[in-house]
Amino acid sequence: MTLTEDGPRAATAPHEKPGMRLTLRIWRQQDASAPGKMVDYRLDDVSPDMSFLEMLDVLNEQLIMEGQDPVAFDHDCREGICGMCGVMINGRAHGNGLHEGHPQTTTCQLHMRSFKDGDVIDIEPWRASAFPVIKDLAVDRRSFDRIIQAGGYISVPTGTAPEAHAVPVPKKDADFAFDAATCIGCGACVAACPNASSMLFTAAKITHLGLLPQGQPERDDRVVNMVAQQDREGFGGCTNIGECSASCPKGISMETISRLNHDLLGALRAGVRPKS
Amino acid sequence: MVTVTTQSGQRRAPKAAKTSSVFKKVVMAVSGIILVLYLIAHMIGNLKAFSGREDFNHYSEWLRTIGNPALPGATVLWIIRIVLLAAVLAHIWAAVSLWRQAKRARPQGYVTRKAVAQSYASRTMRWGGVIIAAFVIWHLLDLTFGAVNSEGHDGSPYDRLLASFQNPVSTIFYAIAVILLGMHLRHGVWSATQTLGQSNRRREVTVNYAATAFATVLTLGFLLTPFSVLFGLID
Ligand code: HEM
Ligand code: SF4
Ligand code: FES
Repeated sequence: MTLTEDGPRAATAPHEKPGMRLTLRIWRQQDASAPGKMVDYRLDDVSPDMSFLEMLDVLNEQLIMEGQDPVAFDHDCREGICGMCGVMINGRAHGNGLHEGHPQTTTCQLHMRSFKDGDVIDIEPWRASAFPVIKDLAVDRRSFDRIIQAGGYISVPTGTAPEAHAVPVPKKDADFAFDAATCIGCGACVAACPNASSMLFTAAKITHLGLLPQGQPERDDRVVNMVAQQDREGFGGCTNIGECSASCPKGISMETISRLNHDLLGALRAGVRPKS
Repeated sequence: MVTVTTQSGQRRAPKAAKTSSVFKKVVMAVSGIILVLYLIAHMIGNLKAFSGREDFNHYSEWLRTIGNPALPGATVLWIIRIVLLAAVLAHIWAAVSLWRQAKRARPQGYVTRKAVAQSYASRTMRWGGVIIAAFVIWHLLDLTFGAVNSEGHDGSPYDRLLASFQNPVSTIFYAIAVILLGMHLRHGVWSATQTLGQSNRRREVTVNYAATAFATVLTLGFLLTPFSVLFGLID
């Protein structure tokens, strides 16, 4: 096999030793209503420098050449910033936790050097009733968008942006808000959670906006409505197991969940109720 | 996140929407805390067995007469029992309801799934809880009502204690349940702190150590009495 894209190392140079041989076991499912199953594929010359998605590209080229249906998977930036990619790799979301000391990352930032010759790699879509499979490894995550629509925003007048220094923010709060704001909405937290709960995602947004002055006016309504929406979408309830945070490519902390609960209890005590 | 524009419109709201998942967790945490407070008192009370038959029976008698003569008979004991029963029912309702919600949230599981963070304690909350509930029923039939105790209801509390724990099978069942309870509380204390919004990055480590320390002390405290009976230190 050769790579047609100009990846970091396009074709295997002649002096290099041949790449890894891998067996991929991939979930194939025609559409949301069809039953799916795991299907085995062989790849014979995988460079350790390829990203995981490049490896799937190679597989797809091979499948297209053979006249077969390529494997559908989501991706966009391939830089670990957009949140589009994400599959279960050997039972771990984005492959996070595959190795001790491996940095938590996105599927697109996982490289084949994390695997070795002869490996069997199981690849499955995120599993949650709120993330129905569209095809193969691609799932519909619009439930996340609806959680955001329920309150994950601030209302500000449009027009010229005000002077940033006009509203001081304590450094500690700014840092924590920024950490929480790094959530890219990939859904790995839901995929990894034994309860299929979206708590870490929602908590990241609550923390991000709730720590900043601009987030204050809608703070109570936000938490009440976002939590109501995540229940409505059919996500599970959080039992503080911690799989989410350990699988999150951005390392969103469990503290955000405590903050969400704190804000929610405060808002409910103040009499705020979800919009129906 | 960029969204996919394909089929599947707004899905019907599942039943879970009617009661918030966080509300259930708060019910679980508050009822759990009530039970924990009771357990601390209960564990300390059990250690009374070390001060002998007379003291132990007397303590048991006292439990039935707290507040006398201002309050008639076992009023206080019954209030405690009713609060505990309500807490247990609320706790189980929340647990079962979240369990079912989790099942609905992932009807189809993974072919391959490897945990990266969960502890044994957090994984056994549900089935462990069921075993603890079964144990509590047996435990009440054994020591409170004497129904499954060889001393029966007519023996003194101290006699029932000896009859139960001189039997190794019974002591081992007790030990398993208490160790499961310890693990339940190891995760439970941490989880309740999170649920009530009292944890943060700075406290997280402390809360976890405190949960482990508390669960260990409580477990050992509960194991001390039955094993002392089994090995004849209390007779
Ligand atoms: C003496 C008896 C018990 C005590 C003291 C106790 C205590 C607790 C506490 C403090 C929590 C943490 C609340 C939270 O997560 O916010 C908890 C959680 C839980 N308990 Fe219990 N519990 C007891 C019995 C039971 C029983 C009988 C069941 C099963 C029917 C049960 C099932 C659960 C479950 C499923 C959770 C949630 C687990 C989680 O947060 O991951 N518990 N319990
Ligand atoms: S919290 Fe982490 S795992 Fe969850 S959606 Fe955000 S980035 Fe992904
Ligand atoms: S493709 Fe954008 S984060 Fe992976």
